[in-house]
Amino acid sequence: MERMKVSLCGIEIDNPVIPASGTFGFGYEFAELYDIDILGTFSFKGTTKDERFGNPTPRIAECTAGMINSVGLQNPGVERVISEELPKLKKVFGKPVMANISGFSVEDYVYTAERLDSEDQIGWFEVNISCPNVHGGGMSFGTDPKSASQVIGAVKKKVSKPVIAKLSPNVTDITTIASACEDAGADGISLINTLLGMRIDLKTKKPVIANIMGGFSGPAVFPVALRMVWQVAHRVKVPVIGLGGISTAEDVIEMMLAGATAVEVGTANLIDPYACFKIINELPSVMDRYGIGSLSKLKEINA
Amino acid sequence: MNSSLFQIVSNDAIAKNTYRLEILGDAKALKGPGQFINIRIDGMFLRRPISVCTSDRKERITVIYKTVGKGTEALSRMKPGDKLDVLTGLGNSYDLSSSGDKPLLIGGGAGVPPLFWLAEELVKDGKTVRAVLGFNTKEEVFLADDFERLGCEVTVVTVDGSLGRKGFVTDYILRPYTYFYCCGPEPMLKAVYRTVSGSGEFSFEERMGCGFGACMGCSCRTVTGYKRICREGPVLKKEEILWKE
Repeated sequence: MERMKVSLCGIEIDNPVIPASGTFGFGYEFAELYDIDILGTFSFKGTTKDERFGNPTPRIAECTAGMINSVGLQNPGVERVISEELPKLKKVFGKPVMANISGFSVEDYVYTAERLDSEDQIGWFEVNISCPNVHGGGMSFGTDPKSASQVIGAVKKKVSKPVIAKLSPNVTDITTIASACEDAGADGISLINTLLGMRIDLKTKKPVIANIMGGFSGPAVFPVALRMVWQVAHRVKVPVIGLGGISTAEDVIEMMLAGATAVEVGTANLIDPYACFKIINELPSVMDRYGIGSLSKLKEINA
Repeated sequence: MNSSLFQIVSNDAIAKNTYRLEILGDAKALKGPGQFINIRIDGMFLRRPISVCTSDRKERITVIYKTVGKGTEALSRMKPGDKLDVLTGLGNSYDLSSSGDKPLLIGGGAGVPPLFWLAEELVKDGKTVRAVLGFNTKEEVFLADDFERLGCEVTVVTVDGSLGRKGFVTDYILRPYTYFYCCGPEPMLKAVYRTVSGSGEFSFEERMGCGFGACMGCSCRTVTGYKRICREGPVLKKEEILWKE
């Protein structure tokens, strides 16, 4: 449907709905339920240079209108993503996929990105800069404009595909980080990653999550995400992908009115595996209800 | 996996803080005993994963759950006729083909229900089934009569001795058996693991995000690699288990 199409860093996608990394695996669980080729694209499970088990369990905590996760980037490592996951993915998803990559040093990021760059299935890189920098005292790359810029600049230099920087909201001023990434060559910005949070179990009197803290996500964070997307979209010239708590077609439109070119849907997939399917199917009627002709025009309204 | 609406047929207290919920809907995604369903409950964000106690694999599913928090308490207040949004057919199932002629079932508390469906299938296959079922106290005992009616030899064990034998399930599993199946709280699983001889399998619990393999929230390490309790589990073979320290 023409009115749903948007252009993301030079690649046209059928609709702006993109399952967010870490909530959609490599697609197969969802492909059992519906044809995932209806998606604009999806951002696959955060991939690192080496295989990772991630954090100890419990990794999940319930919250009001949301959840905390502390998975810790469990993934099979880039070599097995290339040799096992991508060939399997090809059978259920025929469009360019977004490669979400993580690392614990600039070299890690560059290695993973270079290995994936030659894979035809990959359309974009989404660089998760919320990981701790082991050479920078464990501080997250994404909380310091200089290290954010280092990672994005280094990856950008080595790959041919568009590079999207995925920002952490756990910063004083997210627009500073966004600008640093844009200046380093980022072709797009996606935000927000999860908000740092925690829960304590009244029965055990101890934190619910084994790692004590984790990332808070779900509908509760939507207003925070919307505000940050608005701020960043007014600051940078590159396209912005808005995410954080989106669970309905109305949320998608609201996020695009804040300046997002496309959106990612994360936690909603975990609660309702049909979430993206439903959002995509409901978008045309919701657009009609609000007199919206074409989604690609929405971001200009409040520009 | 299937996602659909079910209607509550009954939801009754059967023991202390323990309810039997029977629901009607599309149950065809269920493959066998050991699998679980994931129920959405009004007011709760995450679904609640509960193992299946029995099902015709067509339209009827029975689960037995304990009220352990706000979610299961809210579920216990739901009435016949109410609708439930349920994901069905989740997880793997017990390996019936390994049971031999005289399988032993070892259950503890909320871990007893999935063994009931297993017992039904094993009895149907002509096996001589023995069940050792552990509870804290008399008021918490449930399903023991149902196992007996199936034709199983049942040993009820309570920690305080208020019903059946006194002590722990591990005190009553020494007689010969061909294979074992065990489900219960993790301390019990560990105690059984240290006590049993021969082959068998254990069914595990973990806090889950999605329940169908997407979030990696419930992963564990095993001898054969990382597994998701919700997808490659909840049933693991004894030989592949690596305990968390």
